[in-house]
Amino acid sequence: MTGSITTAVAPTQPVTTGRDGIPFGRLLRTELRKLTDTRASRWFLAAIIAATPIVVAVMLFAVAPKDLTYNKFVDYTVAPEKILLPALGILAMTSEWSQRTGLVTFTLVPDRRRVLLAKFMATLALGLLVIAIVFAVSAVGNLLGIGLRHGNGSWSFGLAGFAEITLVQIIGLVEGMAFGMAMLITAAAIVSYYVVPNLWSVLFSSTSSLKHSANWVDLNQAAGNLYNQKITGTGWLQLLVAAALWILIPLTVGVWRVSRTEVKT
Amino acid sequence: MAALLPLAAIEVADLRKSYGSDTVVDGVSFAVQHGSVTGFLGPNGAGKSTTLRMLVGLTRPSSGYATVLGLRYPELSNPGRRVGVLLDAAAQHAGRTGHEVLTLGAMLMGLPATRVEEMIELVGLTPAEARRRTGTYSLGMRQRLGIAHALLGRPQVLILDEPANGLDPAGIHWMRGLLREFADAGGAVLLSSHLLREIEVIADELVVIGRGRIVAQGSKHDLLAAAGTFVRGAGDLDTALRAAGIEFRPADGGGYTSPAGAEAIAHAAARAGVVLTELRPADGAGLEDLFLQLTADDAREDVTA
Repeated sequence: MTGSITTAVAPTQPVTTGRDGIPFGRLLRTELRKLTDTRASRWFLAAIIAATPIVVAVMLFAVAPKDLTYNKFVDYTVAPEKILLPALGILAMTSEWSQRTGLVTFTLVPDRRRVLLAKFMATLALGLLVIAIVFAVSAVGNLLGIGLRHGNGSWSFGLAGFAEITLVQIIGLVEGMAFGMAMLITAAAIVSYYVVPNLWSVLFSSTSSLKHSANWVDLNQAAGNLYNQKITGTGWLQLLVAAALWILIPLTVGVWRVSRTEVKT
Repeated sequence: MAALLPLAAIEVADLRKSYGSDTVVDGVSFAVQHGSVTGFLGPNGAGKSTTLRMLVGLTRPSSGYATVLGLRYPELSNPGRRVGVLLDAAAQHAGRTGHEVLTLGAMLMGLPATRVEEMIELVGLTPAEARRRTGTYSLGMRQRLGIAHALLGRPQVLILDEPANGLDPAGIHWMRGLLREFADAGGAVLLSSHLLREIEVIADELVVIGRGRIVAQGSKHDLLAAAGTFVRGAGDLDTALRAAGIEFRPADGGGYTSPAGAEAIAHAAARAGVVLTELRPADGAGLEDLFLQLTADDAREDVTA
């Protein structure tokens, strides 16, 4: 092929241990790149990001001017993200297994928990970016509402509003990642994420004897209280308990599975 | 090189793997030296891939241990810079381009981007092919990409599972040259195959595995020598050999193979006045016999190519 085979393949490194390891930053950058370097992942991300301006555009036409407030814009634009972000989390965590690239990844980085942490952080960063876009595009929507339709234009939202909306979205994303890790198979993770918690909600909201405890064990409901921006001390505690059930447990199972599961050819 | 690296490049000691009552790898031990190409030969399902996966930490051994460059593989820091691994060329994200696969590897190992182009050129992928998604690659192209990935970090050791699968004869010839140069420069290569012919032309050392156990190992030279002598002659050669008490049996396409040495056969022929037209060490056929015989019980009919 070329005359440079020897120079290209000649072993050059002496045996050393414990030095020249892979810094976490490098691992993080690689994982971030892996989230965006295939055609499918780019389309998915494009869809997630495009959802916000599309909703804003529809609202500018369809919503009565008096209701065109920043709060309303955010309220409507986060709705699709609440559904899409968990899917992003699931895909990020299952792709090494469904595409079998784990064979290469875990050979280059034998400490699989480190890979998981990098994936987790990379996906979280992407999720925060998506949420930032929601807030920014909603602001543009509100300005357009004032300009084009003499909309209400109220900016009342509050710092807590940003924090709570962000938290709700991140909870969904992390829950998706936890389900992805625990299942390792994309389809199984998608189905269980979108079906099991909802069945659970139905069970707890329709059975009278269980109804009063729903806030403690139903993450949808516990996190929903955040949405309404009227969460109480008990509400926070309920959120913590529900999150432990729906995030901490699958997350723990997931970390255990990823570290132990045999990566087969 | 040997003075700098006194340890064997790869050491596998009494490695075992069981799934329930099913023992897939059963007390496998061997070593791979620097500067040599070791072929890991066995029928499909003999335990080759499981052994290699245990070697690089993807599968936990039930007992025993394996070291690469004197350390357990997971203890190597930035292992891609020391050990090039290709376990399954088909295990690539179908939506990623070949170039992107190598770029990710280079990023992770901390290599300059120029290394990616170097490797693409080295394995003979065209720039246009490298920009295509791996989902469109033939198995041969995937193997080339996998070998490029394995060589990215300028490793001292290569571990390749069935790397010749899907390569055409020219590709196998190319790979032989590549691995030979790598070994001659002091590198150690362990490659597996279920095809004797494929591995025979590449390897210096052979480790033969059947049903999870090592059934033969040694230098290819020794294993070939154990195959005996091939002889062809004009006239009544079999009577001459029988008279001298030499064991033999007819070979395919005429002539005989015998476990006796060339000299004993020549003497026997001379005494009987038989002219020999061919007398030489028996070639791979002997090793093939050995391979087939040693693994006969384990050989599977469904050879997946």
